[in-house]
Amino acid sequence: MAKVMMKGNEAMALAALKAGCKAFFGYPITPQSELPEYLAKHMPKYGGVFLQAESEVAAINMVYGASGAGVRVMTSSSSPGIALKQEGISYMAGAELPAVIINVMRGGPGLGGIQPSQADYKQITRGGGNGDYYVIAYAPEDLQETVNVIKEAFDVADLYSNPVMIAVDGLIGQMMEPVDVDMEVSKRELPEKTWATTGTQGKRPPVNINSLYLDPLNLEKHALKLAEKYRLIKENEQRYELVNMDGAELVIVAFGTMARIVRSAIELLSEEGIKVGLLRPITIWPFPEKAFNEIPDSVKGILSCELSTGQMIDDVKIANNGRLPVGFFGRTGGMLPEPEEIVSAVKAMLGGLKHE
Amino acid sequence: MSKIVFQRTKGLTEKEFSYCPGCTHGIIHRLVAEVLEELNILDKAIGISPVGCAVMNYEFFNCDMQQAAHGRAPAVATGIKRVRPDNIVFTYQGDGDLASIGTAEIVHAAHRSENITVIFINNAVYGMTGGQMAPTTLVGQKTTTSPFGRDARLCGEPIRMSELLATIPGATYVERVSVHDPANVRKAKRAVKKAFEIQMKGLGFAFVEFISTCPVNWGKTPQEALNWAKEHMINYYPLGVFREPKEDAQ
Repeated sequence: MAKVMMKGNEAMALAALKAGCKAFFGYPITPQSELPEYLAKHMPKYGGVFLQAESEVAAINMVYGASGAGVRVMTSSSSPGIALKQEGISYMAGAELPAVIINVMRGGPGLGGIQPSQADYKQITRGGGNGDYYVIAYAPEDLQETVNVIKEAFDVADLYSNPVMIAVDGLIGQMMEPVDVDMEVSKRELPEKTWATTGTQGKRPPVNINSLYLDPLNLEKHALKLAEKYRLIKENEQRYELVNMDGAELVIVAFGTMARIVRSAIELLSEEGIKVGLLRPITIWPFPEKAFNEIPDSVKGILSCELSTGQMIDDVKIANNGRLPVGFFGRTGGMLPEPEEIVSAVKAMLGGLKHE
Repeated sequence: MSKIVFQRTKGLTEKEFSYCPGCTHGIIHRLVAEVLEELNILDKAIGISPVGCAVMNYEFFNCDMQQAAHGRAPAVATGIKRVRPDNIVFTYQGDGDLASIGTAEIVHAAHRSENITVIFINNAVYGMTGGQMAPTTLVGQKTTTSPFGRDARLCGEPIRMSELLATIPGATYVERVSVHDPANVRKAKRAVKKAFEIQMKGLGFAFVEFISTCPVNWGKTPQEALNWAKEHMINYYPLGVFREPKEDAQ
């Protein structure tokens, strides 16, 4: 199919349908409401279930039930709503249930605002709920990439039996862009869901979906099993893009909408003869630590650019492991920087580095 | 030749119950399990375990089970039933679970008339956590968090879930039963059976509230607890049918 103009939230919904999503449970919240609205209209044609829940808490628990019953299921929300879903996400991680959760991030804390933000980075990349767990999290930068990772995310969720979050912001949700929802994406070989509650049908012993292990030894075994899964995910699922790295003096680390603004800043800088590269995480968990091995020797420093007061910078520092100076530039609360602001931040950092 | 007059229902596993002596969870489990067997729906049943004393009843019911977060069982049941309408889906929830933290989920499951069966155990306390006050604790009843007796001015009058749910148009069937004596056990079983038959017919939300006992947290012997349930609980929580499908109305 050729590219067509679509609004981000609607294209995300359509991508889920194309990926075989058969159930959606959600609750209205700006700036993602067009996504459930689209599914309310189109899900019946795909033979699936759409239900507007009484709350985000109920919605994620409906996702738990449907996923436990072996069906491809999704929910979507925005930051405050995702906060409410954390209980259910923790239970799903504990019970090893797959699902795709779309988070169209807005400013916080509290009710915050409705403009684009990346201030939920830590909540997303540290699990978010109680216990020793992670969700796999993609942070695409444009609509085509968003659609592609959503289609892949259902496979990834099923492969690892783990929730997968798509962390975009209100800009991607609300903006119209040309997109091809039928673009081929890589498929995974998936295990059969033998654990799903379908009723025994008299053919097998009962199964149980559960995150309770009262014996601490058993809970430790379970936690170690999950840890081994997360190690595999870190090994196999880190995804990133490197731009303009050859001979770069400085590398900017940025994801999502911020990465797009950084691209413009890099062009402006190159017009002035300043070579700056972009390391763009596409997965924010697992964080693409491998990418940092590819930073060339010409680079004198790393600038973490975020739509927050500085959250990813901690992961940048861990991945950098003391090798290069790390600086920060950010706007938050729903404010988006002009490329010139990033240009100034780069020049300031390079100037400072020369004095060292 | 001897004749078998009683045996374990296929609806229960061989696992020993984890309940305290005199607690009526065991009787209620058996009633639910017998009904699943008798209606021949055990192999398509999916139950939801709550948080509370019955949290591990996934080890007792001999069918597929999902364990839910505290109070969320009706939402989990909704998720299952919507994607697997041909299965029989039931929740089993206590009063802390259903009448306190899970009020939104139960009210809206009834409101949507989800085609599920809800078994609600009301023993007027939080049992698992050690006998704290529940929304269902009677006025004057002493618990670990109402050590001077429940004061209605501070904590409100106990909530009557059956009466509350019966005001919702989507609640197809609502009945309150008790298991404090054999006659009531038989009546209770008929209610459970009806609640599953309503689901099998696709008629919508079916809810059976059990007056239950908690001898340990009530500080009573099993027999005293049964007597207390009869004398005090049923006095405040009257037994009977609060809603039923039109064709069944007397």
